[in-house]
Amino acid sequence: MNESIRAQFPILHQTVNGKPLIYFDNAATSQKPLAVINAIKDYYEQYNSNIHRGAHHLAQLATEKYENARRTVAQHINASEHEINFVRGTTEAVNLVATSYGRKFIKAGDEIIVSEMEHHSNIVPWQMLCEEKGAILRVIPITDSGEIIFEDFLKLLSEKTKIVSIAYISNALGTIHPVKEIIHEAHKVDAVVFIDGAQALPHKKVDVKDLDCDFLGFSGHKVFAGTGIGILYGKEELLEKMNPYMGGGEMIKSVSFAGTTYNDLPYKFEAGTPHIEGGISLGAALIYMNEIGLDKISAYENELLAYGTEKFLEVDGLRIVGTAKTKASVISFLVNNIHPYDLGVLLNEQGIAIRTGHHCCQPLMDRLKIDGTCRASFAFYNTKEEIDATVNALKRAVKILS
Amino acid sequence: MQKSIAEIENEIVDDFNLFDEREDKIEYLIDLGKKLPLIDSKYRIDDFLVKGCQSKVWLHAYEKDGEIFFEADSDSVMTKGIIALLVKVLSGQSPTAIINSHLEFITRIELQSFLTSKRSNGLSSMIVKMKAYATAFA
Repeated sequence: MNESIRAQFPILHQTVNGKPLIYFDNAATSQKPLAVINAIKDYYEQYNSNIHRGAHHLAQLATEKYENARRTVAQHINASEHEINFVRGTTEAVNLVATSYGRKFIKAGDEIIVSEMEHHSNIVPWQMLCEEKGAILRVIPITDSGEIIFEDFLKLLSEKTKIVSIAYISNALGTIHPVKEIIHEAHKVDAVVFIDGAQALPHKKVDVKDLDCDFLGFSGHKVFAGTGIGILYGKEELLEKMNPYMGGGEMIKSVSFAGTTYNDLPYKFEAGTPHIEGGISLGAALIYMNEIGLDKISAYENELLAYGTEKFLEVDGLRIVGTAKTKASVISFLVNNIHPYDLGVLLNEQGIAIRTGHHCCQPLMDRLKIDGTCRASFAFYNTKEEIDATVNALKRAVKILS
Repeated sequence: MQKSIAEIENEIVDDFNLFDEREDKIEYLIDLGKKLPLIDSKYRIDDFLVKGCQSKVWLHAYEKDGEIFFEADSDSVMTKGIIALLVKVLSGQSPTAIINSHLEFITRIELQSFLTSKRSNGLSSMIVKMKAYATAFA
């Protein structure tokens, strides 16, 4: 990875508080390469139009580009095009499944399993469903190092288990969960599995056929595309059985007051004019990532993680929260009893963007008996030099705050 | 004789103006936080938490001879610095003076520029709470 990649990301070349920007908040959102920025620009400059409707040139072009993006997404995760539903993001993907699949198939006494370290987005929709249906939410406990306890997961599984929903990679700690094994075990009791791929797609190859997951959700803005677009993948036979999530234009075949026929997949779940340039930007982002190479991205980020872990530990009193054996390039940490916000402010003064707080994982923070952490998360455009500069800034901040 | 709120505010502005660099101002704020007297542990409980702050803030007030005195603490040293400023300005004042205070020093020292938007909300919550104590004792 080198300067030619960084050159593709205009936003990285600026100063913050007089210092070169170091962007280590990639788990919150990623920056956009020119390929993505230009795709959005081209859309508005050259062919902005509503899709799937007009017979005119612009409408055809926009439809073609949007559907090409869907094909790119399908290829990227090894799915079929009609299994790819454009949504607003991972949160909407979870809510769609909880609402549409959940309302139809979950009954009183059924059980839904999540882990103790899920993002609130992968907890609250299930809680809402459980409340509505009288179903029960079961929670896989975790170890102090931030790994799920697999044996305990096996004990939770029973014929009552209907849905298992778990992140591929933890946003707060970076833990990579053994999702393939989880899916395999869940299928033994005929439960369906939703994989929250928000943190996985930016870092690694995700193959839905290889995993055999039933649903997968992810967000465009975390994989270098625009905001407000995301994907829900679902196995065709499941999506076919589900009712639409929202009613409106696009999702219908015919409407009369005697009754309405729903459109075929994937349009059944895409009511209203979609986020056209968002979808196109997602296609552009995935093409860009594949041009670099997912294996190359993973390998380089692992190198950053190993280097960062070693270097961060050079800071006196720093402890890493989340030390799972398999991790993505996320380092969550605390220094002595310094409040994470204070460190965040002082790093910001030195041009460094990290995230502080509970990372939308309050149950995880309760489990670890902390209020929050500082989190540095790396993308392939980050460098070891940036890690060095951050370690120096951290040492300085700790000195001021101690 | 107790200085007026305006006089103390002017002193704070003068203190901050001693520093040209943003970073030095922050360090000064942190130092104020470190020097803030610890409050009695009996007030470091949830009942005294100020709601709406990103870090934990415990605030307690008492009245003596018609004046209100504040004691506060936080798990964040920067927040303690901010609290130290508020306590310096408002502690020992009459309820009326506290309720009517505009706390213009906050904008004059550009305190907001050191704070995230969430923290700014927390600062507002602290001020609302301090004024609420004053109202209760008025």
